[in-house]
Amino acid sequence: MSATFLGIPPFPEAARAAVNDSRLRHNLRKATHTIRDKRGAVVTELEEDWERLRSEGAAIKSHTLRHLDHYLEQLEAAVERAGGHVHWAADAAEANAIVTRLVRETGETDVVKVKSMATQEIELNDALAEAGITAYETDLAELIVQLGDDLPSHILVPAIHLGRSQIREIFLDQMAEWGVAAPEGLTDDPRALAEAARVHLRERFLRTRTAISGANFAVADSGTLVVLESEGNGRMCLTLPETLISVVGIEKIVPTWADLEVFLQTLPRSSTGERMNPYTSTWTGVTPGDGPQEFHLVLLDNGRTDVLADTVGRQALRCIRCSACLNTCPVYERTGGHAYGSVYPGPIGAILTPQLRGMSSEVDEALPYASSLCGACYEVCPVAIDIPEVLVHLREEVASGPGHLGEKAVMKGAEAVLGSSHALAAAQRAAGAARNLVPRHLPGMAGAWTDTRDLPGVPAESFRQWWNKHEKGQS
Amino acid sequence: MRIALFITCVNDTLFPDTGRHVVRLLERLGHEVVFPEGQTCCGQMHYNTGYRRPAAKLAVRFVRTFEDADAVVVPSGSCAAMIRDNYPRLGGSGSRLSRKVAGLAPRVYDLTELLVDVLGVTDVGAYYPHKVAYHPTCHGLRMLGLGDRPYALLRAVRGLELVELAGATECCGFGGTFALKNGDVSSAMGADKARHAVESGAEVLCAVDNSCLMHIGGTLSRQRSGLRVAHIAEILASTEKEDALR
Repeated sequence: MSATFLGIPPFPEAARAAVNDSRLRHNLRKATHTIRDKRGAVVTELEEDWERLRSEGAAIKSHTLRHLDHYLEQLEAAVERAGGHVHWAADAAEANAIVTRLVRETGETDVVKVKSMATQEIELNDALAEAGITAYETDLAELIVQLGDDLPSHILVPAIHLGRSQIREIFLDQMAEWGVAAPEGLTDDPRALAEAARVHLRERFLRTRTAISGANFAVADSGTLVVLESEGNGRMCLTLPETLISVVGIEKIVPTWADLEVFLQTLPRSSTGERMNPYTSTWTGVTPGDGPQEFHLVLLDNGRTDVLADTVGRQALRCIRCSACLNTCPVYERTGGHAYGSVYPGPIGAILTPQLRGMSSEVDEALPYASSLCGACYEVCPVAIDIPEVLVHLREEVASGPGHLGEKAVMKGAEAVLGSSHALAAAQRAAGAARNLVPRHLPGMAGAWTDTRDLPGVPAESFRQWWNKHEKGQS
Repeated sequence: MRIALFITCVNDTLFPDTGRHVVRLLERLGHEVVFPEGQTCCGQMHYNTGYRRPAAKLAVRFVRTFEDADAVVVPSGSCAAMIRDNYPRLGGSGSRLSRKVAGLAPRVYDLTELLVDVLGVTDVGAYYPHKVAYHPTCHGLRMLGLGDRPYALLRAVRGLELVELAGATECCGFGGTFALKNGDVSSAMGADKARHAVESGAEVLCAVDNSCLMHIGGTLSRQRSGLRVAHIAEILASTEKEDALR
C-alpha cells in the first residue's frame, strides 16, 4: 500500500471536496444509515440491560487503564508461560522494526494480514514493503482498499466510500497483479464480488506461512488474544500459518476472560448490528500440532501513555473500535473518513488522533473542531466515552496555543461586550441603529454563513429595551 | 410563581420576540416574570470553542445574577444545557463556583420543562391553526432529555396539526462556531434538515432554540422554500383572541 494520509489538507478543506462529491455522499448515506438502523434495533431489544452493559464496559476499561502497568506485566508473563514471545514497542518505528525482523527470521517474503487498526496506525505495510516483504490484506474491504491503492475511510468498513461498481472495476484491474485474477465477465452483484475475493484469497491463505494480526482484546490473566471478524478470513490467518505476529495497542487489555462477557455482547451489536459475532477467534501462546507454532506479541505504545496522562482525554483509550460513533455522526456521514487525515476517522478519530500525534500540525489542530457537538456519538458509545467533553477539552488546548489571532480577537471582543449588561445593551443599540446596513453577503469568515444561509434581520429593539418599556407599562 | 427569565444573548439581540412570547405566556398562566438586568450570556460560545476562562467568568456572572431565583426559565435548550451540564465542569471540585452551581442548576429550566414539570401544565390554552413540525434540537434531546414534553405541549394546542419530521433526531448542523469553522459540512447538514422539513408538509418548523432555527430558517429562506420557522414559545403564546404580539 503506497497511498498515505500525508498531504491531506486540514478537515474544513478536505471536507469541502467530500461534501461536493455526490457519489461519495450517496454511498456514505446509504451505508451509515443501514448499519445505524441495524444497531438501533439490536440495542433496543436489550432494553435496560444495554445501559448496564455500557457502564460495566466503561468500568472494566477504566479500571484496566488505571492499573495498566500491573496488567501489562501480567499479560507478558502469561503469554510467555504459554509459549509466546513478547516485544515492547515505544513507537511506530520500533514496532515496524520488530515486525520486519521477525518476518525476516522466518525467511518468508510474503505475509497475510488480518485487518488491524494498530498496523494501519504504524503503516506497517509500507515498512514491510521497504524491506522487500509483501503484506497481503485478507479482509474483504481492506483487500479492496489495498488493490485500489486507496486509503481506508472507516474503522470497520474501510471501503465504505466505494460503491459496488467501483469495486468491480478495482477487482478486474488489479487482482491479477496480486495473485489469482478476477473471473472474466465479473458483475457487480455482491455475491459475485465476494466469490471473486474468496477464490483470490483462498490461494493466498494456503500458500502463506506467516501471518500478522492485531487483536480486539488481550486477556491479562490467561495471555489470550481475541479477534472478532465477520468473514472468516481472520480465522484462516490465525490458524493456517506457521508463524503469527500480533501487533496490539497496550490499551487493548482486559483483566480476565470473564470480562469478555460484556464486550462480546456490546461490540458486535455496536459495530455490525449483530447479536453475536460471526467469527470470534481466541489464541493463547502456542499448542504443539495445532495452529501457528511460533507466536509473537508486539505491544505498542505509540503515544498511548501520553494520552493516559491526560485526565480528561484518557477516556478515548477505552475505545473498542466498534465505529458506532462514525455510523451515527452527521459530520462523518457527509465527509467520509479520508477528510480526517488519519486511520482513525469520525468522532473517535477527532479525539484520538490529535492525542496520539500531538497537535503541532494544522491537520491535527482542526480535528477537535470537526464536530457540531451534537452528542450522538456519546449516546451510542458502548463504553460511554464522552466524546464531546474531550473535543471541547482539546479545543481548549488549541485555543491556548499560538496562532488563531483573528478568532482570539473576536472572542476577546465578545468577552468585553458580554462581560457587562451595559456594554451588551450599548452594542444592541448600535446593531439596531445599523440594522439596515447589514449586507446580504458577509466578508471573511462570516462569509461561511452567508454563502448558503440568509441572515436573520436585526430587530429595531432588543428584548431588554422592550422589557424596560413593558415594566413601565408602555408596551 | 415568580419566575426569572434568562433571555440569552442571542435571543435578546436577534430574537426579542421569543422573550416577549415567554413573558406573555407565563403572565397569561398567572405567573410573575422578572428580568434580572445584570444578565448577559451563558458563555456557551466561548466554552464550546475552547475559551474556558471567559466562559468561567460568564458562568460566575450568571450565578451571581440568578442565585436567588426560585426558578429560572431559559428559552434556549442549548443555553439551559450549558448551565446544567457544563457549568459543573468549569469550576474545580470544591470551588465556590461549583458549590453555587450545584445549588442553582436544578432550578434552571428550559421553557417546556418549566411548563410541564414545574407548573404542571400541558394545555396552555393556545390556538395555532397551522401544520407544525417539531425539530428536537441536539441539546434539548440529548443533554436536557426533554423527551415528550414539547410534543405534549404542541398536541394540546387547538387548531395545530403536528406532522412528522423525517430524520428528526439528526443535528441540523449549526453547532455554534462550527457553522463558521466548517461552513461546508454545516451547510450540507442544514440542507438535509431543510429538505426534511419541507417534505414533512409543515407550514411551520418549531424548536426550543432560536440558534438552530436561525440556521435552518436561514437555509429555508435562501432556498425560497416558503416554510417558516418559529420558536415554540411563539406557538404556545398564541391564542384565539390574539396573536401573542398584537
